[in-house]
Amino acid sequence: MTFRNALTLNINGSEHEVFIEPHWTLLDVLRREIGLTGTKENCIEAECGVCTVLLDGKAVCSCILLAMQAAGRSITTIEGLGTPDALDPLQVAFLKHGAVQCGYCIPGMILTAKSFLAEHPGTPTRHEIREAISGTLCRCTGYQKIIDAIADAGAEGAQAAS
Amino acid sequence: MINFQYSRPGDIADAVRQIAADPRAKFIAGGTNILDLMKYDVERPAHLIDISRLPLTGVEETASGGMRIGALVPNSDLSYHPLIEARYPILASAIRAGASQQLRNMASTGGNLLQRTRCLYFYDVATPCNKRAPGSGCSAIDGINRQNAILGTSDACIATHPSDMCVALAVLEAKVHVAGPAGERVIAFEDFHRLPGKTPERDTNLAPNEIITAIELPARGFAKNYTYIKIRDRHSYAFALVSVAAALELEGKTIKEARLALGGVAHKPWRNKEVEATLNGQPATRESFRSAADALLRDAKGFGHNDFKVELARRAVVRALTQAAQGTPQSQSNKKIV
Ligand SMILES: Cc1cc2nc3c(=O)[nH]c(=O)nc-3n(C[C@H](O)[C@H](O)[C@H](O)COP(=O)(O)OP(=O)(O)OC[C@H]3O[C@@H](n4cnc5c(N)ncnc54)[C@H](O)[C@@H]3O)c2cc1C
Ligand code: SF4
Ligand code: FES
Ligand code: FES
Repeated sequence: MTFRNALTLNINGSEHEVFIEPHWTLLDVLRREIGLTGTKENCIEAECGVCTVLLDGKAVCSCILLAMQAAGRSITTIEGLGTPDALDPLQVAFLKHGAVQCGYCIPGMILTAKSFLAEHPGTPTRHEIREAISGTLCRCTGYQKIIDAIADAGAEGAQAAS
Repeated sequence: MINFQYSRPGDIADAVRQIAADPRAKFIAGGTNILDLMKYDVERPAHLIDISRLPLTGVEETASGGMRIGALVPNSDLSYHPLIEARYPILASAIRAGASQQLRNMASTGGNLLQRTRCLYFYDVATPCNKRAPGSGCSAIDGINRQNAILGTSDACIATHPSDMCVALAVLEAKVHVAGPAGERVIAFEDFHRLPGKTPERDTNLAPNEIITAIELPARGFAKNYTYIKIRDRHSYAFALVSVAAALELEGKTIKEARLALGGVAHKPWRNKEVEATLNGQPATRESFRSAADALLRDAKGFGHNDFKVELARRAVVRALTQAAQGTPQSQSNKKIV
């Protein structure tokens, strides 16, 4: 018999109560229990980054994080970033630069960039951006437009802050 | 991944009590290694003790001028800590050379030391592996061994310890503070990880019922003349084929003290103090660096696919010592090695 634990998760500012088995990852719970399918699933071994979410503002791979470990932490998924009428500056920049092709990597990519820009305010170099997104793979775009978009959003953020 | 019992101890004493009471239990901190191994059925703990909320997250100065880093400080926070960046840049740099932004955000200081020394076959439960199943044989010695060790190997195992951070900690001569049922003790970094010998199933000298509480850095940080070079199959997000942490203290153009540690080449971060000592008093020139590199790699032995590592390591040592002497440490964002 499997036993389940009650768990309250704070996702995108609201509380969700779920009953889970200890071995379920945050990715399992987000997609299957809560229906937040913006967070993608692929390698499930921390290799590709499509499952990236923010945990207390920092990018982490939800496929290698036990849901139990996220209790009491603030979780942000792509659904929690911007609204259709008021997009996040990163979402605006990705659209402006045509940085999206099939789109599968994009939720993870945008959250990876969000975490990086929050921790490194200012105008990062292209080398720094490349390194920051090296754990989030894109098989379509060749990355150049993604880097353009992140650089642009970083520069706008730096301008807004000054 | 198999199911397991999950618990969250209230304090360190409780964590030690729980692990001592249950031989099938394991700690989980960042989870990036233990969960990965559980997904491959390599680890099958019946009970995970989640220590990630214990108050071991401080980075503090010690009375002796060094620093004490809590075992649960995330790798990323440690790498960007202003005092670590200023006083121990070799550590900040080595951490940034490892894994990805996401993994560095998750991985803990203690967990980084305790990630398994491993190779491809260790993950493949269908193959013999003395580390995973003692006595079953080693698949790597005559198998695909491109990533495997060239120094300190044994007939039983030729796996490498994959950490970047630990290579810098070896050079800095860090101390590992641990707590167990019998109280607290301190383990010198060079005594922490083990060579495979006849017991490759044991990676470290930490007892199964002990917990790492902190890493202590001595006062000397070698912030002026240091570098960390990591050479891998692609520029980012790959384990080291060979990495070198080099730290020098110079008096004009003469070497007063040299420290060197290699990653990706042995079952533990590799140091050879006798070879380091031969550099003391020598001019900081390519010739000195080359003869140290030759001596360091003299006993190195490849197993076929990894033969290239011997010459690669030799050259990487010379390059690292050159960078350290010039005060031009390797950038971990612009990967060009100059
Ligand atoms: C895709 C991928 C790429 C990677 N690339 C690199 C790389 O390039 N360079 C690199 O250096 N590393 C790399 N890593 C490894 C990563 O750095 C380690 O997995 C991480 O540091 C482990 O820390 P953790 O807190 O997640 O450990 P956990 O997985 O939580 O624990 C690891 C082990 O340590 C034990 N443990 C943890 N904390 C303690 C403690 N305080 N006391 C006693 N026992 C404890 C656990 O029981 C477990 O056995 C990579 C990992 C992945 C998945
Ligand atoms: S090298 Fe070590 S880890 Fe790899 S197969 Fe041989 S015994 Fe196992
Ligand atoms: S699905 Fe999590 S990193 Fe690939
Ligand atoms: S847009 Fe298709 S994987 Fe990135």
